[in-house]
Amino acid sequence: MTAFSTVYWKEVRENLRDRRTLISALVTGPLLGPVMFIMLMNVMVTRELAKTDRPLTVPVIGAELAPNLVAALRSASIDAGPAIPDPENAVREQRTDVVVRISPRYPEAWAKGQPVQVELIYDSSRRDASAPIMRVRGLVESYGRREGAMRLIARGMSPNTAWPVQVADRDQATSQSRSALMFSFLPYFFVLTVFLGGMYLAIDLTAGERERQSLEPLFVNPVPRWQILAGKLGAICTFALVSLLLSVAAFATAPWFIPTEKIGIALDLGWRFGSQVVLLMLPMILLLAALQSLVSAFARSYREAQTYLSVLMIIPVLPSLLLSVVAIRAEPWMYAVPLLGQNLGIVQLLRGDGMTAWEIGLCMAGGFTAAILAIWATATMYRSERLAISG
Amino acid sequence: MIEVRDLHKSFGEVRAVNGVSFVARDGEITGLLGPNGAGKTTTLRMLYTLMKPDAGQVLVDGVDAAVDADAVRRQLGVLPDARGLYKRLTASENIDYFGRLHGLPPALLRDRREALIDALEMRDIATRRTEGFSQGQRVKTAIARALVHDPRNVLLDEPTNGLDVMATRAMRRFMRQLKDEGRCVLFSSHIMQEVAALCDRIVVIAHGRVVADEAPAMLLEQTGEATLEDAFVKIIGTDEGLAA
Repeated sequence: MTAFSTVYWKEVRENLRDRRTLISALVTGPLLGPVMFIMLMNVMVTRELAKTDRPLTVPVIGAELAPNLVAALRSASIDAGPAIPDPENAVREQRTDVVVRISPRYPEAWAKGQPVQVELIYDSSRRDASAPIMRVRGLVESYGRREGAMRLIARGMSPNTAWPVQVADRDQATSQSRSALMFSFLPYFFVLTVFLGGMYLAIDLTAGERERQSLEPLFVNPVPRWQILAGKLGAICTFALVSLLLSVAAFATAPWFIPTEKIGIALDLGWRFGSQVVLLMLPMILLLAALQSLVSAFARSYREAQTYLSVLMIIPVLPSLLLSVVAIRAEPWMYAVPLLGQNLGIVQLLRGDGMTAWEIGLCMAGGFTAAILAIWATATMYRSERLAISG
Repeated sequence: MIEVRDLHKSFGEVRAVNGVSFVARDGEITGLLGPNGAGKTTTLRMLYTLMKPDAGQVLVDGVDAAVDADAVRRQLGVLPDARGLYKRLTASENIDYFGRLHGLPPALLRDRREALIDALEMRDIATRRTEGFSQGQRVKTAIARALVHDPRNVLLDEPTNGLDVMATRAMRRFMRQLKDEGRCVLFSSHIMQEVAALCDRIVVIAHGRVVADEAPAMLLEQTGEATLEDAFVKIIGTDEGLAA
């Protein structure tokens, strides 16, 4: 048996006996993503549904002045509620989302065929109120347009004269790309899974060995240190890979728990998607294993390594954050940037666009190059005299 | 046989080892005696190739450590200052791990392991996980795994450190057994009693230098003192850092 496989099997066996490592690699790591995903999606779907169907009651000030408008609102299941005093404050204090105030001049102006104001009082900084605001505004505007058209017809003119230009919506979003917009944070879950899957192992195999003072006796064996490192990296990668596979499998069941059909989006997380995700993530498994080992090698104790690694965990969020805030057009070079490439690729797969062989190639090449550099740095660290000395 | 020629090692400004030379012969127990911080552990670490000397040479059975470190490590059985065990593995599994790293074939490994478990009287703990082992049980396991490849030369860094009386006696008995098997045994200690009781040859280190390298009887004669304790104090110049 070579030194590599000796180290590898010993580390795997030892860590299979550690409950904390197992829970992190087989339960929290792989399931955190899918569970959060399902919860978030259900919240989103519920809100999406609220936009259209739910009957809405909106306080209307001066409802008695405009029975025709109130009737139009009611036909779109927006009920006129009783008037409230000081509507501006009521909106600011979030007691109501939107208030309609009808001008006292309304009956007079309406009878004369003059324009008249209907005020909408709302707070645009409250995002959760945007759906009811849009509904009320859209209804008041379309009611106004309809009445305008009637007046033109009554004067013997075609309503078309009033609207020389018309806007026609041609939304190119497919049901899949619409869903991808909401899923832009999903790639991070895969990275997080790989990170958590290997984390405790990486700490244990370097900082832990040093703290327990077992690294010095280990290095006294007539085995090149790079073989010891290779065995350890192999064990970390194995745990991370198992984590990732479990996570992908758990994601594949996600559509059963999300009522996607209700909001007309498609969600394809099947084996085709899963296998491509695993392929894209392979270099990341190696890269993260090496980085985690490198960072742990700097730490003097288990606890210190844990602190360093939780800082390192923030780095993979950056591409996800960047992509969700700034609308970036994917340039070819971006695929070669580790993590960013994976992010772009997975979102692209979610949108149902697929990836070209060229893009997958760039992703793999960039990722593996970074991984090799990280492994080289770790190997250099492993050769240092300082590493083995515990005391 | 272990030969050390004019070893030097500095850590920044501190000269930890400053010209150490001695020879440890086969079939003898050689004691490396010195106060805490005299440079014993650093000397041993250069011997088992964990550290590279700034200057000087280490020869183990004629092989230069700077030329073929792996060959030197194969000739050595080392109980380092750090005796960390893998607490989620049993004592036997700890021993097996090092045996496999030495490339022992499975049948030979099993025979060697069982022989050591008997010799060290650790049959009762062999299949237990090492978590919660006493200091003595830990040292036994660490020695068994260090000797599993049947090395000609044995290096022990403060082997009786932290052991109770019974365990210390057992350890001394085991070291004599190693000597009787014709091995070269080199151990470090800051306990004069122990060195006096065991050694055929005593190398006294202070401030990174060898200040004496004699058989115990010669040391007495040289210093003109009646007891070894007085002889050591006279040689080192102080009794600071030594234990009776």
